[in-house]
Amino acid sequence: MNTLATNAPGLRRDEGMERLALFGLASPALLLVMVILVIPVGWLFYLSFIGADGQFSLENYARMVERKSYSRIFVTTFQVSLLTTGLCIAIGYPLAYFMSQLPTKIANLCLITVLLPFWTSLLVRTYAWLVLLQKQGLVNSWAISLGLWDEPIKIVHNMTGTLIGMVHIMLPFLILPVYGAMRAIDRDYLKAASNLGASPSRAFWTVFFPLSTPGLFAGALMVFVLCLGFFVTPAVLGGGKVILVSMKIVSNIELFVNWGAASAMGVVLLVLTVAILWIASRFLRLEQMTGGGH
Amino acid sequence: MTDKAKDALPITVRNVTKTYGKVFALNDVCLDIKSGEFLTLLGPSGSGKTTLLMVLAGFTRPDSGSLMFGDREVIRTAPHLRDVGMVFQNYALFPHMTVAGNVGYPLRLRKIGKSEMDERINRALETVQLGGYGDRKIDQLSGGQKQRVALARSIVFEPRILLMDEPLSALDKKLRDRMQIELRHLHEKLGMTTVYVTHDQREALTMSDRIAVVNFGRIMQLANPRQLYDQPANRFVADFIGDSTFLPVTRNGSGVTFDGAALKTTNPVPDAASLLLMLRPERVRLLSGATGDNMNTFAATVSELVYQGDSYLMYAQLPDGSEISLRGAVRDGTVSGLPKVGDPVTLGLDPADTVVIDGTDS
Repeated sequence: MNTLATNAPGLRRDEGMERLALFGLASPALLLVMVILVIPVGWLFYLSFIGADGQFSLENYARMVERKSYSRIFVTTFQVSLLTTGLCIAIGYPLAYFMSQLPTKIANLCLITVLLPFWTSLLVRTYAWLVLLQKQGLVNSWAISLGLWDEPIKIVHNMTGTLIGMVHIMLPFLILPVYGAMRAIDRDYLKAASNLGASPSRAFWTVFFPLSTPGLFAGALMVFVLCLGFFVTPAVLGGGKVILVSMKIVSNIELFVNWGAASAMGVVLLVLTVAILWIASRFLRLEQMTGGGH
Repeated sequence: MTDKAKDALPITVRNVTKTYGKVFALNDVCLDIKSGEFLTLLGPSGSGKTTLLMVLAGFTRPDSGSLMFGDREVIRTAPHLRDVGMVFQNYALFPHMTVAGNVGYPLRLRKIGKSEMDERINRALETVQLGGYGDRKIDQLSGGQKQRVALARSIVFEPRILLMDEPLSALDKKLRDRMQIELRHLHEKLGMTTVYVTHDQREALTMSDRIAVVNFGRIMQLANPRQLYDQPANRFVADFIGDSTFLPVTRNGSGVTFDGAALKTTNPVPDAASLLLMLRPERVRLLSGATGDNMNTFAATVSELVYQGDSYLMYAQLPDGSEISLRGAVRDGTVSGLPKVGDPVTLGLDPADTVVIDGTDS
């Protein structure tokens, strides 16, 4: 009896120690996040309120509102991001559907080919597109020899080239969550729909598609957010014709050495991104993005 | 509209064969299912019973054969045009719809008006005793409730044929026992031709008008529960349905002998090269002292005695080394009065329970 009563504090202590050990395991990552994320973002936030004279000022934000060129850049950024996301859905969703209907072994092989581009550097892939799409590039010369068009056409250093490159880079980020969601759909659902009288296309739109939307939302959101801050590919393939927020930030720092202006743009982009994530999270639970839960 | 608004349809299966590689999932199956009948396909896993059900539903395309619903040939008809209800083993309820959404799904596809649809959804839910559950989400339901919703969804469009693929296998035993009776009543009420797949012989015996025992892609026997249990066509059926022990017997004129002694039987002896006496444990009797005149008797030694709560199970060895089992009810004093292991006993078998079956391996 006596020992039973005295066990309780010991058991509580064990519980506490276990939690401490878990926290200990997480602490290096927490520290890293503090050092490379929280502190720099705070610093960025601070810098954005420092004017050219080194005093506190709102001029960096005022400039963004006043100057047309800035708002145009934000509009372009959202346009490019939306278009890329839309094209990724148009190409990626059917591909993911096709893969989800294959036997697991073949599907896994397909999945590897989808992931294959990740094994090559982003820069290499981007410059490869430049080589392919330029005036004397493979695409133009093949199209001309096939008689598709007569003159070399401009498909790079403009919106077209930017979108081709960005869609290519972003596609896996859409396909993976969509494919995951589709694989998780029990085939008996479709059998049941068909048994209850649904034609294959009705069964797809009333059962399969709604059940795949969490994956589709997750993938689309990921692509969209990544596009908002994308730099390398649009910078190389846009050739200065398509100016996104990220590029303006770079030119503010490299050309004009205006850290305040760059910081303010960074802050606005961050706030907009967080706002979008917040709105989106009201429509879908965030854990679906990581593939957990259904 | 009455519950039997549409007449049930008979199902005719003719020479249906389905192979996977060199394995016959269905081997030239012929089966006539009467209209309004509750027929169970019973067999071990891999026997072909589910394949046959999937052929009926249209999800498995056989290599050859014919399938008629009434006088309509449907072997090449797509599943969504067959108009049969089906309850899936895992229910396959759509998780993105409510209970009413699920039950109303087949009605929406049939473009049924809102008011009639609501009425039919409610009626179907009431039939399965889930009235008022329409707004629930699927993941808020217990296993038994999901089962009922699946059932409601499969009958709401009044199909004339209902297929069920081990619908009770995920439920616990007590609920399963209750649902068996409920399904039986529901069938009596709705009267649709029902094909039920199970590997549980007791379930099959409880619910069915007739049972088709399936193995190796063939129908081993098609009979009502009583016949199946009392007059199994072959050793597989006798073994699969109920517990039994078998003793080899020899033909002697019109009768049979075991170990040199003639056996009395009121049952027909099949015309086969090899014959087996089938002994159901609960039909074998423990004779005390004076032997029943009209019984077949076996002298044996008790080799094992097991107490199982509601009954006891005794294994007894015959002089030739074969073992037979005997099950008896446990009543006051029975257990203490029973012989011990090693005691000699006399076992009796009524001529009516003396069943000789075809022992040829099929």
